[in-house]
Amino acid sequence: MRVSIKNVKEAYQFKHKHILGIEQLSVADIFHILDTAISFKEISSRSIKKVPTLKGKTIINFFFEPSTRTRLSFEIAAKRMSADTFNIAASTSSATKGETLIDTARNLQAMNPDTIIVRHGSSGAPGLLARHVEASIINAGDGTHEHPSQALLDMMTVREHRGTVEGLKIAIVGDIAHSRVAHSDILGFTKLGAEVRVAGPETFMVPGLDALGARVCGSVVEAVTDADVVMALRIQRERQDDPLIPSLREYSQFYGINHNLLQKHSRPDVLVMHPGPINRGVEMNPDVADGKGSVILEQVTNGVAVRMALLYLVMGREGGRG
Amino acid sequence: MTTVNRLILQNGRLLDPVTGVDEKGDLWVEDGVIVPAQKEIPENSEVYDVHGQWIVPGLIDMHVHLREPGEEYKETIKSGTRAAAAGGFTAVACMPNTTPVNDCASVTQYIINAATREGSARVYPVGAISKGSKGAGLAEYGELKQAGAVAVSDDGLPVLDSQLMRRAMQYAGSHDLLVISHSEEMALSRNGSMNEGVVSTRLGLRGIPAAAEAIMVYREIALAELTGQRIHIAHVSTGAAAELIAQAKARGVRVTAETAPHYFTLTDEAVGDYNTNTKMNPPLRTEKDRQAIRKGLQDGTLDAIATDHAPHSVLEKELEFDRAANGVIGLETSLSLSLALVRDGVIGALRMVELMSSAPARILQVEGGTIAQGNVADITVIDPEKRYVFTEDSILSKGKNSPFLDWELQGKAVLTVVGGRITHNELT
Repeated sequence: MRVSIKNVKEAYQFKHKHILGIEQLSVADIFHILDTAISFKEISSRSIKKVPTLKGKTIINFFFEPSTRTRLSFEIAAKRMSADTFNIAASTSSATKGETLIDTARNLQAMNPDTIIVRHGSSGAPGLLARHVEASIINAGDGTHEHPSQALLDMMTVREHRGTVEGLKIAIVGDIAHSRVAHSDILGFTKLGAEVRVAGPETFMVPGLDALGARVCGSVVEAVTDADVVMALRIQRERQDDPLIPSLREYSQFYGINHNLLQKHSRPDVLVMHPGPINRGVEMNPDVADGKGSVILEQVTNGVAVRMALLYLVMGREGGRG
Repeated sequence: MTTVNRLILQNGRLLDPVTGVDEKGDLWVEDGVIVPAQKEIPENSEVYDVHGQWIVPGLIDMHVHLREPGEEYKETIKSGTRAAAAGGFTAVACMPNTTPVNDCASVTQYIINAATREGSARVYPVGAISKGSKGAGLAEYGELKQAGAVAVSDDGLPVLDSQLMRRAMQYAGSHDLLVISHSEEMALSRNGSMNEGVVSTRLGLRGIPAAAEAIMVYREIALAELTGQRIHIAHVSTGAAAELIAQAKARGVRVTAETAPHYFTLTDEAVGDYNTNTKMNPPLRTEKDRQAIRKGLQDGTLDAIATDHAPHSVLEKELEFDRAANGVIGLETSLSLSLALVRDGVIGALRMVELMSSAPARILQVEGGTIAQGNVADITVIDPEKRYVFTEDSILSKGKNSPFLDWELQGKAVLTVVGGRITHNELT
């Protein structure tokens, strides 16, 4: 049977029960999520910011690592869609009482939630949960593996400003090795046809970044040259077991993103991004963070829309659980 | 299990790396000893026609963890040696990281007594290098040896203090004990949970670089050279380490080495979707390393195949990958995976038997490793064609943590004989 491209497009159906990473998503999936997010974005600007879409659904925010903005962003997203949300932080959960992740998951499952949003320090932990519960799992950051909702909100923000992601040059500067945001962004932006360049001291690099699709640059200047987007990653203030940089002071001098650097090398309309929270004056100077190209706060706004879309899509799947 | 006076194996392919024999023939056993064949088969003989099968000296696994005493929920001497017998092994050397650590004669004696009482294979205890394997102060090698230990090792934990390792080699030499090194530079491997490379980056897991092994292997070689003593390198996983060992052997350093079936069969790609049954230390490496290990088995750089059989329960394995315990079981798959090397043309049948029997016997200075007349009747009969699916239900070890679950394997031990006593029998 012949199927025209148009028919294929119409036949598209979002079929993921879990959102574990960008790796699992096709280009069509990503566009579908971003298009859904755009349609939800308007809800957040109404005076009554609530729709009944997920009324009666139960969502658990299960955070094994401290997080303010991601947890809040998911919670707001869920509440704007009328779902019931519950928060569990690691300090109040059984994790500290020696219960295994699988046992905890089974106990949560016994309360019949529809979706569990997980942040966990161990890479792969959301996938482990997904194998042991009936609920949908959304990965809100696992170890140094993936942070898919962050990458999706980054793609949404860039797409809104440039109309497309294809062909753009995206520079990510910072601790690439230990950043799940960088990992998911590399996968996502390259899937959509952008060139992703990464830069930082060699101690921030790991083997195989090129296999993920990134272009590993020898210098920050190389990375930001003609860049459409420059993203700086938060520098961890302490990492005692493995010294990666001598000091924040030296880091900011050689790898910090500042106005002069961008003005000299990047496109005049370069977008400045940061997954937050910013160490001002370390990885990014205030002149850039607050400058005209900065879309950092739009990222936060779009984060709510993307998370509304993800919650809607995993729970509203056709033929999903009743 | 039956004890027989006389066991006769007919029409098999006799393989003996010590004598170089590779010919069709019969093997006779009387009262636990290999004897010349007679013209007439006496009454009360147990006779098997093993046409098309191999009769080889009993396989010896020089690196296993039997977990007893202290972690009997993972494995016991009884269950571990049952698994050994099913895998074609007539003897195993068990590592000292039990609770308590086997760092004294009484623990060694306990293991030997338990093995004598309820074991299905000979058990050779390996004592600790340092007291409690804490890396400071020598264990009492003289008494360990007297009690029956065949080697010393702090396996699972590298000896970080080079002076202690030097003294261990010297003092072990005085008691004619082998030192076995778990070669790992901890500063490089700390917090790592798989090989450092493309796959660890994709999965977001902290990597262990190949250099962590090579650095320590080089130290052991330098210390063996300094002291003039023997050193045996456990579970070689990298091409870099194999190359160092080859160079040292060429210089005449008294170094021997083993590798495990998972290193010549799998690569770090096998970790897949965080499968904790592929997590072990040292970790699965790259395809280039796997090829180097196969070449090392072929050219003599690597002397022995040992499993590093490390049973764990689901308590240690059904966890987040970085929190799961290291180790995989191996006794019941080692022979099949090694036979694949023969089928692939990497090594010949005699060389395989040398790697799995004669060489471990020689390195540990224990009996076995040959089926020449007059030797102890430790014998394995192998059906090289037998196909089976390795299922969790079939595993005799208490640990089910194998990366080869549900693999279709070819070649299996069908009869295992320890000192004339049949410990495993699939012949009918």
